[in-house]
Amino acid sequence: MSAAFPSVHAVCRPGSFAGEKRGPPPAAASGKLASGFLGSAWKLRFGALPARRRGSSSVVVAVSDVVKEKKPKRSSSSSSDLLITKEEGLELYEDMVLGRTFEDMCAQMYYRGKMFGFVHLYNGQEAVSTGFIKLLKQEDCVLGHYRDHVHALSKGVSARAVMSELFGKTTGCCRGQGGSMHMFSKEHNLLGGFAFIGEGIPIATGAAFTSKYRREVLKEADCDHVTVAFFGDGTCNNGQFYECLNMAALWKLPIVFVVENNLWAIGMSHLRATSDPQIWKKGPAFGMPGVHVDGMDVLKVREVAKEAIGRARRGEGPTLVECETYRFRGHSLADPDELRDPAEKAHYAARDPIVALKKYILESNLASEAELKAIDKKIDEIIEDAVEFADASPIPPRSQLLENVFADPKGFGIGPDGRYRCEDPKFTEGTAHV
Amino acid sequence: MAAAVFQGFGASTALSLSKSFDSKRVKLPFGRSLSERRASFVVVGSDGRVVLDSSRARKLVTNAVATKGDSAAATSASKPGHELLLFEALQEGLEEEMERDPLVCVMGEDVGHYGGSYKVTKGLATKYGDLRVLDTPIAENSFTGMGIGAAMTGLRPIVEGMNMGFLLLAYNQISNNCGMLHYTSGGQFKIPIVIRGPGGVGRQLGAEHSQRLESYFQSIPGIQMVACSTPYNAKGLMKAAIRSDNPVILFEHVLLYNLKERIPDEEYVLSLEEAEMVRPGEHVTILTYSRMRYHVMQAAKTLVNKGYDPEVIDIRSLKPFDLYTIGNSVKKTHRVLIVEECMRTGGIGASLTAAINENFHDYLDAPIVCLSSQDVPTPYAGTLEEWTVVQPGQIVTAVEQLCK
Repeated sequence: MSAAFPSVHAVCRPGSFAGEKRGPPPAAASGKLASGFLGSAWKLRFGALPARRRGSSSVVVAVSDVVKEKKPKRSSSSSSDLLITKEEGLELYEDMVLGRTFEDMCAQMYYRGKMFGFVHLYNGQEAVSTGFIKLLKQEDCVLGHYRDHVHALSKGVSARAVMSELFGKTTGCCRGQGGSMHMFSKEHNLLGGFAFIGEGIPIATGAAFTSKYRREVLKEADCDHVTVAFFGDGTCNNGQFYECLNMAALWKLPIVFVVENNLWAIGMSHLRATSDPQIWKKGPAFGMPGVHVDGMDVLKVREVAKEAIGRARRGEGPTLVECETYRFRGHSLADPDELRDPAEKAHYAARDPIVALKKYILESNLASEAELKAIDKKIDEIIEDAVEFADASPIPPRSQLLENVFADPKGFGIGPDGRYRCEDPKFTEGTAHV
Repeated sequence: MAAAVFQGFGASTALSLSKSFDSKRVKLPFGRSLSERRASFVVVGSDGRVVLDSSRARKLVTNAVATKGDSAAATSASKPGHELLLFEALQEGLEEEMERDPLVCVMGEDVGHYGGSYKVTKGLATKYGDLRVLDTPIAENSFTGMGIGAAMTGLRPIVEGMNMGFLLLAYNQISNNCGMLHYTSGGQFKIPIVIRGPGGVGRQLGAEHSQRLESYFQSIPGIQMVACSTPYNAKGLMKAAIRSDNPVILFEHVLLYNLKERIPDEEYVLSLEEAEMVRPGEHVTILTYSRMRYHVMQAAKTLVNKGYDPEVIDIRSLKPFDLYTIGNSVKKTHRVLIVEECMRTGGIGASLTAAINENFHDYLDAPIVCLSSQDVPTPYAGTLEEWTVVQPGQIVTAVEQLCK
């Protein structure tokens, strides 16, 4: 376990930023973190807890050798140590562009009245979803939160199915019964889509438990399925997070806890909500590696993800990964986003993960501008098609209302006539009162 | 609970008939007719089964009330079957299902090495290992959620709340994920989970350990709720709940774990949706469940001596209600008394009252009377606690009023 993660930090590419500079002496670390990591809220941090900050930092460095930057050797970006192949680079690029374009289209469709409710867009955070999920197999499970469209897309759910779901159509991945915050796909092992903070983490822990159970109780030796749970910085102050870190480490479950730390829980700054804002440090506290990674850099995320997923697959237990990222839009499309400091937004906008990957691909001569443009065009077409498909799809009929309340519709019980109520034609028609 | 339950007799004799009947029903897909059910349903036996001839039904009367001489014969040691306590019946059901299906597993606080707070999982960890009988940390919301995640991915977990009240800490998981996720996922993920544990008002356990949570859980869509009251139905409902593809909450009562009864040696599974006819009668329908069944039966003795002939039904399925059995009874007696331990406001009795009024109003000769426990936190002091739940004397009085 100790050998696993230091390599991550050897792979930083030029233009890396403060987020992954950790490990140096505590005082220096605090200073650097404050300027880069955690945006504009640093003032509060120093104002509030200067002494304790220093003390706890040093403890963590001592505890968590897995996250230490042992040798920040910077072999300059010669093409000999490229981090990805061309195919990988293009796959990552395509997935991130897909996520971004899809979300931008959602905003348009929302304002055009094609979708309703709370719609939370993922813009800016694509490197996290892509960096992790593109390393997974179909059998591996993914769980997201309410900002889940892009997790679904990365996991392979079609843009058509997700867009249709958002339009509330029968062709949606949940037949229009889930909506923006409840994306599921059994085929792709996307287990949600959870709208309440933290409630997906126990579910993810359960999915990881099943993998272990299949391997050890059912003796399915080849079951090496991994579960990846995504959640935000706000969730890391919720009990379920800690309860599940404990259980996952206790039973060495094959799970990766991925924190998408975008610094804001709606309007609550991470630093105003959290006594020790370095979330990755909570991993070692439970006996699992905690890693902090620049969540605006898909290549770094991918490197960390590889290690963490590999650990889980090998049966070595869970990992906590904190990805420092940022959302480019308000909390939801209903949020005017007036609270966050424009300078903070600009700081992160300049570090757009898609732009960064594009730059890397071009500078490393992995692909040409034309090839990337072709991908952009392909994605535009996919999204256009998804909208057309969703628009043309039928709305759910009345008869759908009472389906899926129970997996076994006998759960509706026995009616006055002695027959199971689900046999009443009104149930099939969806007009019964239940 | 001192009173033993005398009902084993009818149970074993009706077994072969009902077994084939049950299995036929289980296999019926959505939309197919169940006309055979209607045709054959004359009386539901005390064991929840079809009893075709009325002489047997008469016998059940005496068995249930245990006042007449022939009931003693029914429970003599020479009868087939085996005698066990309610917690052992639950354990037996659990063990049979674990034996039958390797996907069945148990998780909860102290279910493993300790054997469960009321010993329902005794010996299972030794037999099946620590992973199948998983001792969890004290983290109700998370281990319940974990059970749901395991169920979504193919296992069939039984989650034990060490005390039902503790499951309030898991309410979000039970409501949002257990109840709704099958629907929100468009039917893609099933949650075949059983959530069970001891609840109800015990002996001076204090407010938090003496909760009546049926009312809290009954509004959650997508969940079935059953309450067991005898070793026989405890085992049969446990097995049915485990086999169901729906999430099921199985309510056990702290004061009923040591009830003794003779149950069949043969395997049986009950229906989650059926009520149990405890004592057929003519004058008034008394609907009850769980521990209150015994207060009702105690009252019934007095009532019979006073010349009343009450019909007692253990509704067993708290959600959904078995409107067929209940309705038939209402149509016969035209008077309904509900006796429950649940909270009065928004309780099972309130829902039952509404359901009966909606469906059988024309058959009622008097307003439905509902005796619930008081809407107070369960007091510690013995006297106050006793006044919180319905007592047999109140039931007798209520029937007398109702039948005036």
